[in-house]
Amino acid sequence: MLYSPFPAKNAWPRPAKSRCIRPDMRRLLIPVLVCALGAAQAAPHTPRSDDEVLEHLPYKASAAEGKELRQLRRALAEQPRNLARALALARRYFDLAGAEGDPRYIGYAEAAIRPWSQAADPPPEILVMRALLRQYRHEFDAALADLARAAEHDPGSAEIWSWRSAIFLVQADYAGARAACAKLAPVASALLGTACISSVDGLTRKSAQAYTELSKALARRPDADPDFKLWIQTRLAEMALRQGRDALAERHFKAGLALGVTDGFILAAYADFLLDRGRAAEVVALLRDWERSDILLLRLALAEQALKHPSAPAHIAMLKQRFDASARRGDKLHQQEEARFHLYLLGDAPGALRLAAENYRLQREPRDARILLEAALAAKQLAAAQPALDWLRASGYEDPLYAKLAQAFKDGAK
Amino acid sequence: MSRALALLLLCASLAAQAHKPSDSYLHLKIDGAEVTGQWDIALRDLEQAIGLDTNGDGEITWGELRAHHTDIAAYALARLSVAGDAKSCPLAVSGHQVDQHSDGAYAVLRFSGICEHAPAVIEIGYNLFFDFDAQHKGLLNLEYQGRVQSLVFAPEQTKQRFELGAMSAWRQFMSYGREGAWHIWIGYDHILFLISLLLPAVLLRERRRWLPVARFGDAFWDVFKIVTAFTVAHSITLSLAAMGVISLPSRLVESAIATSVVLAALNNLTPVVGGRRWMVAFAFGLIHGFGFASVLTELGLPRDTLVLALVGFNLGVEAGQLAVVAAFLPLAYFLRAGWFYQRVILFGGSMVIVAIALIWLLERVLDMKLISA
Repeated sequence: MLYSPFPAKNAWPRPAKSRCIRPDMRRLLIPVLVCALGAAQAAPHTPRSDDEVLEHLPYKASAAEGKELRQLRRALAEQPRNLARALALARRYFDLAGAEGDPRYIGYAEAAIRPWSQAADPPPEILVMRALLRQYRHEFDAALADLARAAEHDPGSAEIWSWRSAIFLVQADYAGARAACAKLAPVASALLGTACISSVDGLTRKSAQAYTELSKALARRPDADPDFKLWIQTRLAEMALRQGRDALAERHFKAGLALGVTDGFILAAYADFLLDRGRAAEVVALLRDWERSDILLLRLALAEQALKHPSAPAHIAMLKQRFDASARRGDKLHQQEEARFHLYLLGDAPGALRLAAENYRLQREPRDARILLEAALAAKQLAAAQPALDWLRASGYEDPLYAKLAQAFKDGAK
Repeated sequence: MSRALALLLLCASLAAQAHKPSDSYLHLKIDGAEVTGQWDIALRDLEQAIGLDTNGDGEITWGELRAHHTDIAAYALARLSVAGDAKSCPLAVSGHQVDQHSDGAYAVLRFSGICEHAPAVIEIGYNLFFDFDAQHKGLLNLEYQGRVQSLVFAPEQTKQRFELGAMSAWRQFMSYGREGAWHIWIGYDHILFLISLLLPAVLLRERRRWLPVARFGDAFWDVFKIVTAFTVAHSITLSLAAMGVISLPSRLVESAIATSVVLAALNNLTPVVGGRRWMVAFAFGLIHGFGFASVLTELGLPRDTLVLALVGFNLGVEAGQLAVVAAFLPLAYFLRAGWFYQRVILFGGSMVIVAIALIWLLERVLDMKLISA
């Protein structure tokens, strides 16, 4: 069964149940020591006892997930040149990366398909897989090119067109997204087709119409996959926000969360909604167990700072450590969050503007534009936000909050 | 919220681990022919590579890790190579520990190795985990003579090459320069000698009375002559002593330096040498040069780059000296006409300097400790 393969723009971790909910007294001792030093790293040490648990793996080797993964790995190890086996393992890893929000699996998946992906003319299935992995790492143009090549072989693949439209949306290329939706419609379910086109409409002056159509299409398919329903509820909430209908938006956020599917995207969007409305205490309650995700940790720290919560400084230090760690390896996956971190938690407007501008060259979703506008205002360098202002005017994006920001630029220019 | 609860929340949050792509942290230190290192490798990755969770309960204990130490050492060292001047420096693991990074627990491997000789070029080959993780990176910190360089290994970059020689020359030059400046800063005898000679530079001696100089240029010229003479003189003896042409017993040198301070300060109380203090600076500067040379000898002189070290050290000394002059001259010029400068600073200051230098002289002649640490 195929449901919406809309790309995970970022990694969305689920909280590890074993770690976050059940406190292990042995493990608590080390953090208490670490606490005294802020978020500083522990030093190399020798554990006292053989029973000391050092690491919790994401799954038990004995559990079904572990067994399945081991089987797939073993199957590929037996025949490393078996394309079907490599693809099965890579797909499993890619799904795990999305579900667990763990980018390690992306590297594993890339290695599994390497014998084919490094060839001059990879088979179409490999091209699709490579595109998914590339978009995960924000190599959007390369991913689009792979999907275009794959579509030459397989123009009837709903997956290819869904991904193309989703990537075009991230790049704010609405014509490209519409064209992909047009190719998708004949080969996909009515709900997926509507979801595709209304995602574009929702960003381009037609959010009311898009909202009506998408909610109608959803109502007709109560049997849809919960993951897909969650995705639609999030989009409906965003469309309601653009029309200034806060109460309606919140109903959709809550309906999405009530589906019981763990998803970082809706949590981030709902947390931003709450933060914008000064409801920081609810954000702290919502994201308390989500420090593993950089994206959600940022929202949590913003809320804690607004409340002068005692754990705000530690969380700010943790974020700093994580951004430093990804800078060391040369990653730039969370620049939008890093820009917000600089602007609102470090009070560094010029640094935030530099990051937001660099991020906007690659990613052009509304939120990417917003941090660029806010950082440019704070740094008093209005011209730096011109690309975002151009986007706002050209797209006709309707959110009243953005209209206010644009007004601030007009006032500032006078 | 109670403090205890807040602390608990805080700690629970610190225990939460971030997700990030796989990295290992490799620290290598090259010291002569010796290589020592620390390698932090994520347990998650080792589990994927060789399997650590023996009982399959989804948790890795210290006992399970310990049981795999030999395997880990063999696996890791088979994927790391260090070569000095194209000859392999065999590595051996010397210890195992654990540490926490932002994404979880890491095995810490300590290792060491010996190259055939102190290498001029070091080559490091890294091949950990690239076979199953195309996003893995090895983050290398290479330490050599106190300087650390950071580099990244990736599947497309599995080798790194360093020219230690080039790093070393510049490093040595800078380090000797710093030592020179530092020695002036903490070498009170040199500073006090210089200050004693500089104090009267903003004044003129006429009919047994001090008068302020009319123009800044006059004071500047006097200071310039003194500092230049001192510099030229101590550079000569510093170089001669460092190259082993002349050597004097250090007790004699140190005592002579103390004497020079006493005499320079006394000259301010009852002037004997007036406008020709630069000659005093030159004469005693020769002695001070021997003092600098003994510091340089203690630092250890590189045979191959002796001149570099000498020039670096000397430039450092000059930089320190110029800092003293730059702080002194404008202030003295500003205060020169007043009662305070002539009575308190020139007269009182010189008295204090004489007293201190006399104690040094006693200490050094009798080889005992009175005020010096």
